Amino acid sequence: MSILDLSAIELRDAIARGDVSAVEATRAYLGRIEALDPKLAAYNEVSADRAVARAQEVDLKRARQEPLGALGGVPVAVKDNICTAFGKTTCSSKMLQDFRAPYDATVAAKLESAGAIILGKTNCDEFAMGSSTESSGFGPTHNPWDLSRVPGGSSGGSAAATSARLCAAALGSDTGGSIRQPAAFCGVAGLKPSYGRVSRLGLVAYGSSLDQIGPFGRDVADVALMLGVIAGHDPSDSTSVDAPVPDYLADLDKPIKGLRVGLVKEFHSQSLDAEIRAAIDKAVEIYRAQGAEIVEVSLPHSRIDIDAAGQLSSYAVACYYIVAMAEASSNLARYDGVHYGHRTAGKVTDIIQLYSKSRAEGFGAEVKRRIMLGTYALSSGYYDAYYLKGLKVRRLIKNDFDAAFTKCDVLLCPTAPETAFKLGAKSDDPIKMYLSDIYTISVNLAGVPGISIPAGLSKAGLPIGLQLIGNVFTEPALLCAARMYERAAGVCRLTPAGV
Amino acid sequence: MPQKIDEKAIRHVGNLSRIELTDEQVATFGRQLADILAYVDKLQELDTTNVEPLAHALPVHNVLAADVPHAPLAPEQALANAPARDGDFYKVPKVIGDSQ
Repeated sequence: MSILDLSAIELRDAIARGDVSAVEATRAYLGRIEALDPKLAAYNEVSADRAVARAQEVDLKRARQEPLGALGGVPVAVKDNICTAFGKTTCSSKMLQDFRAPYDATVAAKLESAGAIILGKTNCDEFAMGSSTESSGFGPTHNPWDLSRVPGGSSGGSAAATSARLCAAALGSDTGGSIRQPAAFCGVAGLKPSYGRVSRLGLVAYGSSLDQIGPFGRDVADVALMLGVIAGHDPSDSTSVDAPVPDYLADLDKPIKGLRVGLVKEFHSQSLDAEIRAAIDKAVEIYRAQGAEIVEVSLPHSRIDIDAAGQLSSYAVACYYIVAMAEASSNLARYDGVHYGHRTAGKVTDIIQLYSKSRAEGFGAEVKRRIMLGTYALSSGYYDAYYLKGLKVRRLIKNDFDAAFTKCDVLLCPTAPETAFKLGAKSDDPIKMYLSDIYTISVNLAGVPGISIPAGLSKAGLPIGLQLIGNVFTEPALLCAARMYERAAGVCRLTPAGV
Repeated sequence: MPQKIDEKAIRHVGNLSRIELTDEQVATFGRQLADILAYVDKLQELDTTNVEPLAHALPVHNVLAADVPHAPLAPEQALANAPARDGDFYKVPKVIGDSQ
């Protein structure tokens, strides 16, 4: 078996035993990147020399018989909106194309102290705003299962890299589905942890009350391993929660007796694609066969409506876009062409012109749309009608989750309404693109954890994602429930046919 | 009900957002923002009387950190990404002038 086919845990153990050196593993991944990334564009920047040097340190540690850490020698990738003190942190934006962060994000520092080798920074939608990686200022990432399709987004580079074996595992960030939807499209596992479980220090802010960093892995065990490394309280992020970090691997393989799986009746509707619906039905049978109790639950404010013209709509999507864009407009005010980032070379006569021209040149269309919509929703005369209304609906959405979790331990639903779509298919229609997140978005509004795991392939050979959602800070049970499906169904570590 | 967004409104939002817009962008963004606003108007269907707004999913408030000094970024680090500088200062065009 090739180094590249080992899971992160298997590779770590192989390195610890001395079967493989960290340098060999790193070079194997770097070789694969060199061969395939020109086609996939999963990476914005690869820090090859630094990665090899770090791997040499791991091998020296082993020679000195020192402990190598939970990820000792494992090559990983980090989304390019997570700051690293080496290389660039661009958020896939022309605004930050030369930006070098002065410090490591807490998660990047934690990965490296656990012995991980960071190979480079992965492509994403600009400032994590998008569902296809097509809004990247440097060009889209391609789906390894079919190069003419999107990998999903916004963490499309991390998902594609994990799937195509351009890294053993990766980090992404998820504001409305940006880890789970690309995980579904690329056939890997991806977790958005509970809000506050992982430090956001050094994550370039988009929607601060929704953003959360989380891992991608080729199976649930690798996701559990990665979460254990990055989770925990950070005194420098006041929204990170001071709660102990359990060993997510300890009971992962012990099936939960009497697991109660909630089927969201509003999500199991006529609007759902037939093949995805069949995959969900099959998953229900797999849980039932393992003794789980299946209960029907309701999330009325996350309901999906379909009008006469076939257009989908949802209160949750509407609520999300108000809240996220309002927060984005505020967060992105920092890009002023003065402190860092792009500054216009054009002639300006005052400071407002300097701001307005620099921002016009530095930001892409989707970022501009969101800043402007958020600014509008927060502006005098519209605040109550949009922003305040959005926050009230957010409360109703959260209440629905609280009620659902009195009846079940995890919710089961699709990750996305479809499999990976063609590049360009939704580029001209922002609302169509926003609807890609129709099953994932309310999870961020409620602050609960959600995981997407592969549930097989469609007839066209594209991965289908299954989403499990847990209550706040119940990641151990959520991961365990995901593992139960993965083991029973035998669907994980899928190898893309396209590359 | 919120009003629809017209050309004057989109130029105003562009100005508040500090994003210079071309005439073509005024037209495109105007249309797209109107569509998005029409879409989010769906929220008006819901009765939210007496519903407390939820700005944050966690019930965490007023987190205080210990008052311990730590080393700030050195000026050289803080200025390393500056597009233009003058010694230890960020350089900008004249802020108060006769241009307005």
